[in-house]
Amino acid sequence: MGYHCVVCVKQVPDTKRITGQAMKEDGTVNRSALPAIFNPEDLNALELALSIRDEHGGSVTVITMGAPAAAEVLREALYRGADRVVLITDRRAAASDTLATSYILSCAVRKLGFDLVLCGRQAIDGDTAQTGPQLAQKLDIPAITYMEELVSLENGKMTVRRNVGNGWEKVRGTLPLLATVMDAANVVRPPAARRIMKYKKARCVAELAAQVEQAMPDASAEAKAQRVAELGREMAPRGLLIEQWDLDDLGADLAWCGRDGSPTKVHRIQSVVLTGGSYKEFPATPDGVATLVGELIEDHTIG
Amino acid sequence: MIEVNRQGEVWVLAEQEAGRLSDVPLELMSKARELADTVSAPLGVLLLGHGAEPLAAKLIAHGADKVYLAEHPKLAHYQARGYAKVICDLIHAHRPQIIIFGATPLGRDLAPCIASAMKCGLTADCTDLQIGDHTPPGSKDEHKNLLLQIRPAFGGNIIATIVNYDRWPQMATVREGVMVMSRADVSRKGQVVRCAADLDGLALPLELLESRRQPKKVNLKAARIIVAGGAGVGSRDNFRLIWDLANCLGGAVGGSRAAVDLGFVDHDHQVGQTGTTVRPALYIACGISGAVQHRAGMQESAKILAVNSDPEAPIFSVAHYGVVGDLNQVIPMMIKAIRSGEPIRIKTSQAAAVGQGWST
Repeated sequence: MGYHCVVCVKQVPDTKRITGQAMKEDGTVNRSALPAIFNPEDLNALELALSIRDEHGGSVTVITMGAPAAAEVLREALYRGADRVVLITDRRAAASDTLATSYILSCAVRKLGFDLVLCGRQAIDGDTAQTGPQLAQKLDIPAITYMEELVSLENGKMTVRRNVGNGWEKVRGTLPLLATVMDAANVVRPPAARRIMKYKKARCVAELAAQVEQAMPDASAEAKAQRVAELGREMAPRGLLIEQWDLDDLGADLAWCGRDGSPTKVHRIQSVVLTGGSYKEFPATPDGVATLVGELIEDHTIG
Repeated sequence: MIEVNRQGEVWVLAEQEAGRLSDVPLELMSKARELADTVSAPLGVLLLGHGAEPLAAKLIAHGADKVYLAEHPKLAHYQARGYAKVICDLIHAHRPQIIIFGATPLGRDLAPCIASAMKCGLTADCTDLQIGDHTPPGSKDEHKNLLLQIRPAFGGNIIATIVNYDRWPQMATVREGVMVMSRADVSRKGQVVRCAADLDGLALPLELLESRRQPKKVNLKAARIIVAGGAGVGSRDNFRLIWDLANCLGGAVGGSRAAVDLGFVDHDHQVGQTGTTVRPALYIACGISGAVQHRAGMQESAKILAVNSDPEAPIFSVAHYGVVGDLNQVIPMMIKAIRSGEPIRIKTSQAAAVGQGWST
């Protein structure tokens, strides 16, 4: 029996390599100014979905909510073996916190239908680990968080070993359910060369529109739209047109999306400015270090 | 969500497992007490379980004005569905203004579920909580006495203050060790409010098959001296320098997240925003660059000594003492200076060193 898995992934700024002005005046993220990557634990979630399909059959659909540039992570999902990918993109979804994001994702997941929803435990930009559990609550399915190992999957029952901080527990649930996957859960397969060759040309409509704009800037809006539709018709049968949904396609209630749908608001952003107290430097020599140690013994910090 | 209720109480979730209270609620309660006093509201603590009543007295001693006690066989072991149902019912009944959870695996599993059900705001991993006022940009409405939810964000390059002024209750999670543990005062009086747990008709979807919990191998929070190593130590083998220095000082061994991720030292030793927050008398950081998430976990140490070959490393800006040099040379110099100085009594952290496989 095959399982239809939906994997929710996110394109995130590489927070280990941030330089310069990353935030806008209103406190929201200026994502376009940074190198963007596939959120690391989402790769583990995708790997789990692919291994389940390899063993049991079924299909893997990968979705992401983001700006058109997020189509890049969907291409990366295709390179690794995803069967279907969908981009959810809409200006009105911008500035969504986890509550609004989980609402929008729930609309998309319901539209797709599913046996199992997989997410990375948390994204490296927000670090909240909230979106997965909130998505599960909205889909009215159980969430198994901090998944470290898939122990078994048989006849629609899934046994998972999860991390509980000071140890682990093994829990069993009946599908449909959602799991958030930790980096410890598996080793991510590399992209397949042949799939890269094929899918590097995959584009979503927004990307095609930008392409056409660049190629024929002086053409009429109608001509541009026609060209985009033409390209789409060429690419779709070859599996190269990345599906793109907006909030209207999802039937989403706009009151629960974007800034208006987000109860948490930014009050203030402060850049981290390092200030020291009193600071004394000692040379890295036997005498220098001995003086330092002497001071610490003297004031009873040591001994 | 519930309507904004300015008379609402401040609540903390008390995590307990098998009749034992975790440290985390006792830490959260000291901050919650402050917040409650600032907004002139009672402090309520939520205690869910089966046979958990004996813990109520301790919660009152640590500052609870009320303990909301909900007992039911289906609450004997934590599972989101049952706990969320009971807590949401309590929220509807009592309309608190603030609820604080530990950012533990349990808290991070439960709080988002409640926030989603209540359609309210939740901020994770706060490093500070305060009460303050907020005027939304472009608006003239001032919202007073909101919970300011403060946390590092964006790779630690900024400190963000988050507020939630219209989708209540205001909820936040706080990591273990960030707040100082409250003091027990057995003469304090408080009320135990026995709550009905409406769970008879509820099926719990997950079956617990097996569980294994291990007490932490090392108690960083109790250590007076901590010697911590970072990525700069280079290897698990080379981490013996950290163990050796810790041993000769009678201190505990810590590690930055990078060192733990690289396998130099086990997760139990991790210091930082996603590890343990510590306040020892002396924190010696070796080969640790000092990213904000690490500093968040140790910057309130009474004295900080940094050893790093990079003079620009951010750790030096929070250090009281610094040695710019190669830790492979500096640490042996320190050990020699210490051994030739006053004799130091080796404390129980040595047992942990033996457990790690290093000879002392």
